[in-house]
Amino acid sequence: MGTSRRDFLKIVTAGTLVATGVKNAAATPVNILSDDRMGVLVDATACIGCRQCEYACKEEHGLPTGNLEDYADRSVFEHERRPDVDALTVVNQYPNVHKDEPPVTLKVQCMHCDHPACVSACIVGAFSKQENGAVIWDESRCIGCRYCMVACPFQIPAFEYNKAIEPRIMKCDLCYDNRTSKGLPPACVEACPTEALTFGKRYELVKLAHDKIDNEPDRYFDHVYGEHEVGGTSWLYISGQDFSTLHFPKLGDEPIPGATEPIQHAIFKFFVPPVALYALLGGIMWLGKNKEESEEEEE
Amino acid sequence: MSDMFKPEPIKRPFLTPGVIILLILAVNGIIWIILRFGFGLGAVTNLDNQHPWGLWIGIDVAAGVALAAGGFTTSALVHIFHREDFHVLVRPAIMTAMLGYTFVGIGVLFDLGRYYNVWHVPIMGNSNSVLFEVGICVMTYLGTLYIEFFPVVTERFIGKVHLKGFWKFLNHPIDAILRWIDKFLEKTMFFFIILGVVLSCLHQSSLGTLMLIAKYKIHPLWQTSIRPLLFLLSAIAVGYPMVIMESLTASKSFGLKAEMDALRRLGRFVGPLLGIYLASVLADMVIRGTYVYLGSITKESVLWTIEILFGVIIPMRMFFWDKVLRSKTLLYIASLMVIIFGIALNRFDVFITAYTPPYFFKTYMPSIGEISITVGLISIEILLYRALVMIFPVIAQPDKNYRPKAKYAIRGVIQ
Repeated sequence: MGTSRRDFLKIVTAGTLVATGVKNAAATPVNILSDDRMGVLVDATACIGCRQCEYACKEEHGLPTGNLEDYADRSVFEHERRPDVDALTVVNQYPNVHKDEPPVTLKVQCMHCDHPACVSACIVGAFSKQENGAVIWDESRCIGCRYCMVACPFQIPAFEYNKAIEPRIMKCDLCYDNRTSKGLPPACVEACPTEALTFGKRYELVKLAHDKIDNEPDRYFDHVYGEHEVGGTSWLYISGQDFSTLHFPKLGDEPIPGATEPIQHAIFKFFVPPVALYALLGGIMWLGKNKEESEEEEE
Repeated sequence: MSDMFKPEPIKRPFLTPGVIILLILAVNGIIWIILRFGFGLGAVTNLDNQHPWGLWIGIDVAAGVALAAGGFTTSALVHIFHREDFHVLVRPAIMTAMLGYTFVGIGVLFDLGRYYNVWHVPIMGNSNSVLFEVGICVMTYLGTLYIEFFPVVTERFIGKVHLKGFWKFLNHPIDAILRWIDKFLEKTMFFFIILGVVLSCLHQSSLGTLMLIAKYKIHPLWQTSIRPLLFLLSAIAVGYPMVIMESLTASKSFGLKAEMDALRRLGRFVGPLLGIYLASVLADMVIRGTYVYLGSITKESVLWTIEILFGVIIPMRMFFWDKVLRSKTLLYIASLMVIIFGIALNRFDVFITAYTPPYFFKTYMPSIGEISITVGLISIEILLYRALVMIFPVIAQPDKNYRPKAKYAIRGVIQ
């Protein structure tokens, strides 16, 4: 009578297969952390705040640049600026903790994390960490949910709120398309007139940073920002003072995706918990049914 | 049992003063929706790079999903745990969940910058992404809810398909299809009922995992790795208060006799369920030592206290009190407190007010446009509820000669 137990199992299995099929088709990004991945070391003690990097970046990415002469205007430093849809990197000025010394300037942009929160968070896999270290965004996949912005610990991705159609997520892409994928340095590094920016292999930059600090302990504060923060970033910073005074967020050493991915993977490892819950509820439903039937027979 | 209840379409005039107000709010919302699609998110909302998510995600989506929990909790109670005495409440609960999830989906579409790419989610999904899991579960569950509601549609139209004129030849085939679907669903509905409960448990909890990736940006009072468990427990706890609130509102609005008997018995579950939630919240607080944040008066400590005191502790005490369970008004107030302070405020806090980005220049306040669209969507939802209970046999009315239809069960081997 009606569906037999075998049919029930068949339907359950079919349902599970449909669900697993969906999962398998998913384009989950695999994080290939190449030992030779590239990075940039920012030496804040060498930055003169000329903002040539800002100009070069805009030019490279086809954003309106304005007049080159205007970049000498230091009044922009009165307010702290953030990377935005029309400027993927910005130079800010911070008070120097050593009195009688000029204020500190340095550029900020996407840090290109080794374990990027945006890559883990993106619902359609539009973000990816490239083998050369760049974290890039794929316009053809994005649905504009802005979960990457929620996830990013450095508050970097910017969204084109004023576009009704095809709004983009804008952030530094380490000049991946035209430069770093071909071994060329990013536009900002090339434009820098001092030696504030150094492009190179990340492990060499880490060593260089520590050598600089060791050689001139009076000049540098002993911290390479980005070496360990959120599991390491491709951009590394050294400066003459504590990074909290330069408005860098204080972050732990654990990668950000470590907060959610274990939970996700525990639930969906072979679908055990959902299937077990299904079986449990099915069992309760069936037992209750049999009990009721026997009660009815007794009546 | 004294009176048997038979679900029937409600016969009342559609337009009332309340309905006209809702219509005005709905039209206002629709105007803002047109502006949002015409000029982009920036023109209508106060969202910016510091606050990528606002009112729509906090209320329309996060609170919307939690408040639609009446569907799976009631169907689990009646169909899986065989509490036939609550049968009258299943159809309204499934229908409100169906409407609720439909509007969660619509709310998400308004918030997406590239809403027309939403079909990328099932085919390009990133299984590391919590949002992907939530998205897939919500989409699948929405389909499941439509299936769970479909027997009401077949019941309404079987033998009553009377198309006129040219379309007359379709009468017989449509009727045959409806009968076939009805028979098919009768045999397979157990599968969808269990599926609905499993999917609900999955995405109600994953909704809590969603903000864990914002790690340092969420205030420690709310940022806990057991957030998924807390979201699941609170969603289960708010299911029955939602059913009670909706049932009392509908009976008042349509001038029907409230099903106080069933509602009172349903109310008895709420106290213990809220108790489990409260115990988990407090245990988590003690283990992580976050009570230190309650020592000073800040926006966060005040909101947290309102949430727990007025949304959990006071209503929990009320639901344990017979006087409350016997009084329509008090039962209504207790349910509303759980809904508004316990759940809606909690979800809004976790997603919006507890979120402080590292570079913080201005506070987020929802814009007129955001509020108009949220209010408009809720108004349309209520209007649709009213229309649907007038078209379909959803709300039960006393009927002496009625025997309830055989319930859904796993058809096992009959001894």
